[in-house]
Amino acid sequence: RGGWGGMAGQAQAVSTGTTIVAVAFDGGVVLGADSRVSTGTYVSNRASDKITPLGGQAFLCRSGSAADTEAISDYVRHFVRQHEGELQEDPDVATVARMAMSINYQNKDRLMGAMIVAGWDAHEGGQVWSLPIGGTLVRTPWAIDGSGSTYIWGFLDSEYREGMTEAETVEFVKTAVALAMARDGSSGGVIRTVTVTAEGSKRGLFTGKSIPQFQDELPEPAWVR
Amino acid sequence: MSGVGSGYDLAATTFSPDGRLFQLEYAGKAVDSAGTVVGLRCKDGVVLGVEKVIRSKLLVKGSNRHVHSVDTGMGIAVAGVLPDGRYMVNRAISEAANYKSFYGQPMLGHVMCDRLSQFMHLFSLYGGVRPMGTTVFLAAYDRNGPQLYQIEPSGISQRYFGCASGKGRQQARTEIEKLDLKELTCAQAVKEIARIMYTIHDETKDKPFELEMSWVSDDTGRKHVRVPEEVVSAAVEEAKRAIEEADMSD
Repeated sequence: RGGWGGMAGQAQAVSTGTTIVAVAFDGGVVLGADSRVSTGTYVSNRASDKITPLGGQAFLCRSGSAADTEAISDYVRHFVRQHEGELQEDPDVATVARMAMSINYQNKDRLMGAMIVAGWDAHEGGQVWSLPIGGTLVRTPWAIDGSGSTYIWGFLDSEYREGMTEAETVEFVKTAVALAMARDGSSGGVIRTVTVTAEGSKRGLFTGKSIPQFQDELPEPAWVR
Repeated sequence: MSGVGSGYDLAATTFSPDGRLFQLEYAGKAVDSAGTVVGLRCKDGVVLGVEKVIRSKLLVKGSNRHVHSVDTGMGIAVAGVLPDGRYMVNRAISEAANYKSFYGQPMLGHVMCDRLSQFMHLFSLYGGVRPMGTTVFLAAYDRNGPQLYQIEPSGISQRYFGCASGKGRQQARTEIEKLDLKELTCAQAVKEIARIMYTIHDETKDKPFELEMSWVSDDTGRKHVRVPEEVVSAAVEEAKRAIEEADMSD
C-alpha cells in the first residue's frame, strides 16, 4: 500500500498538476506550461506537452485531469474541423473557446478540466480565454491555472504590463512558469511555450540551464560542464 | 397540357431519359407565375422588394407578409408558393438561432445560403415529399459586407448584385442591368425597385398589388428591417409620377 503511487493499493488518477500561463500582447499571445505529469508522487511523464493545437490559430493549455482535458481537446478539434468545412476559413479563437466551454459546462458533474484557450485571429488579434472547471468562459489579458498557479498570482498581478513586445512577453511567461515550478511539487520538468501571431505559431522549449533560477536554489556544483 | 414529362415527372426522385428532373422544373414554374420579387445588393446594404398581388379588397394592408427577418442581420423574401416560403423562413430562423447558441457568433450569410441550399435539395432526394415551390431571396450584412443570395427549388444557390423572379422577372432583369449597382445606395435602390415594379405592372391586365420592401444597411445599423411605410409610399409616388411623365412625353 502507498509507496509507488498507483501501482499498489489505491490508484490515483493521472493529473496534470501543472502550471499553465497565457499572456496576450499587441499582435499575438504567448502560451506557456511546465511538463510534469504525476500519478500521486510518481512522475509518469517529465516532459509532456500540455499545449495542444485546436485548429485555426487557437491553442489549448491543459490542467486538471489529464484524461479529461485530452478527451475535451479531441472533441473540440473535431468540432473545429467540421466548422472549418462550413466556414471555409479559420474559426475565430472566441468560437473555439466557446466550444470547449460548452463541453465543460454540459458535463460539469463529470469533468475536471481547467483550461486556457489562447490564439490569434484576424478579427480580434491576440486573445486569452479562461475556462475554469464548471464551464465559465471569460476573456482576460492574461490567465493562469493549475496547481502551480497559486504561487504566481502575485507575480502576474504586480508585473504584468500592457504593451509588452513579443520578446518581453516570452520572457515574462517563462519567468512566471519557472517561479511556479520552483515552489509547486506537481510542476516541473521543462518549460514549453507557443507564440501565436499573424505569421503563425512558433514553439519554444527551455530546459535545464535556460530555466531562470531564483532564491534558495542550490548553486550548480563546479564540476558541472 | 403537356405530355413532355409523361411518366418521368411523377416523383422528384426520378430522372427523365434526357437527364431532367421534371418536378423541380414544375416547382420553378410555380415561382415563375407568382408575383415579382426583386433584390438589389448596393454599396451600403441590400434591399428586397415583393409585388404582393392583392387577392381581396377585404385584406388588411400590410398583411400576407412575404419578407421576414431570420436573424438580426439577415432577411428572406419569399417568391412563389408562400407557405413553402414560410417553411424555409422558419428553418432559417432555427438554423440561425442554433448556430448562435453553439458557436456564440451570428451566422454568416454564405453559411446560411449553404444551409438553405442543402435543405431545399433534400426535398428532391426522397419519394414521399415534393420540392419547395419557392425561390428564397436571402439578404445578409455581416463582416464580409452586404450579400444577396438566391436559392432555387433545386438547391442551386448563387450570389447576386441584383436578381428577380416571378411574372415580371425578364423585364425586371432588363431594368436591373441598367443600374450601376457598385455605386447605388439603399436609399436610391428603394426608389429604383418601386419604379421597376410599377413599370412592369400592366394596369389594364394585372391585378392591383401592394409593394412590400425590406433592407439591411449601414443606416439600419446592419439590422434587417422593413423599409418604413413613409419611405415606401414616397418611392411609390415618385415612381408613379415618373411613369406618367414618361407616358405623356411619348
